[in-house]
Amino acid sequence: MSEEFKIEIVNPEKSFLVKDDVLEVVVPAFEGEMGILKDHISIISFLKPGIIKISSKSGDENYYVEDGIVEFKNNNLSILTSSIFNLLDLDKSKKDDLLKLAEEEASNSEINDQSKYLIDQKIEVIRSLN
Amino acid sequence: MASLDDLKKRIASVKSTQKITKAMKMVAAAKLRRAQESAEKGRPYSEKMNNIILNLSNGISDKENAPKLLSGTSQEKTHLCVVMTSDRGLCGGFNSNIIKKAKSYFAKILDEGKEIKIITVGSKGNDQLKRIYGDKIIENISFKESKNANYFDADKVGKMVIQKFEAGEFDVCTIFYNQFKNVITQIPQVQQIIPLNNEGEESSSEESYEFEPDEEEILSNLLPKNISTQIFKAMLENSASEQGSRMSAMDNATRNAGEMVDKLTIEYNRSRQAAITKELIEIISGAESL
Repeated sequence: MSEEFKIEIVNPEKSFLVKDDVLEVVVPAFEGEMGILKDHISIISFLKPGIIKISSKSGDENYYVEDGIVEFKNNNLSILTSSIFNLLDLDKSKKDDLLKLAEEEASNSEINDQSKYLIDQKIEVIRSLN
Repeated sequence: MASLDDLKKRIASVKSTQKITKAMKMVAAAKLRRAQESAEKGRPYSEKMNNIILNLSNGISDKENAPKLLSGTSQEKTHLCVVMTSDRGLCGGFNSNIIKKAKSYFAKILDEGKEIKIITVGSKGNDQLKRIYGDKIIENISFKESKNANYFDADKVGKMVIQKFEAGEFDVCTIFYNQFKNVITQIPQVQQIIPLNNEGEESSSEESYEFEPDEEEILSNLLPKNISTQIFKAMLENSASEQGSRMSAMDNATRNAGEMVDKLTIEYNRSRQAAITKELIEIISGAESL
């Protein structure tokens, strides 16, 4: 029996990635990292900033996301996100840009605790990439 | 009758106008293809988003405490209308159609004794609306700098709408845009985005989901995103419609200019011949009288 399932990552502009030979995906869900294997129960959750790790037959891939929603149903994993980058494409200057943006957001004092938490998380993740 | 020289000048000017409209048509056609493509590419996102929200809202047990973005503020006193138009003209009835739709909607709301507030996206809409509803326009946004519709811009509008909603500035929010059907048909749309109106739509699956964290929290996180997504969808549809509308308008203009050139050329030739005939007659009758 095959252990593969399908993943689809879409962002508002286009369908970002479609793969159907995925073995395992680790997503940074809001309440902690979550590994998804085939025949996982149907689930909806949302993401905090972090790394999506996809391991498939054709190799492993890592993506950096800032937010998004995951839905898993009938061995179809959909991830909706407005900001996603392949780690391979993320060079130093790009990281610095993201970090600067996040730090600017963090310096805004009028944000609530939840978004503050998310931004701190974001900064931490970007720093750890460098 | 215009002199030969005048006619010649007019033909030249119509011809150069035709050249411009033809070029605009070509540009619009190229842009249309891209806009249409991105509208199609953007569809899965908004569809999936819609689906998830549908599943979620069906799963919510406690309807009373549902997020306000979903259930509304339980009154409908102030309406916020987001009118989305283009930044450039020369696109046929594109902007006027949206404005016409919006105006009739405004009149209906005002008749019911309710209040309206208007946000215009795109400068053309603002130009047309400010004469009558100038005092109602609270914000005017235009994205002249950005080449294509992008999510970042839509998110800005979405965040603003949500901020105003949370401040209690309005109860109902509707967006106006043109839906792209094909190159010659664009349908002006009125869509209510707050409170979310998805009654009557059936959830695609009966399956129950596991939620992490619970439904309410996901929903309250998701709904603001949905607003931006809907606005982005409207922007994509709008940009495809704008190019389609401009293309057919410019196509018409080019054809009309062609007809005009033909007509003027015939007139020019006729009067040239008439002048020659007149001269001949003069010469002949001059010779006869000798």
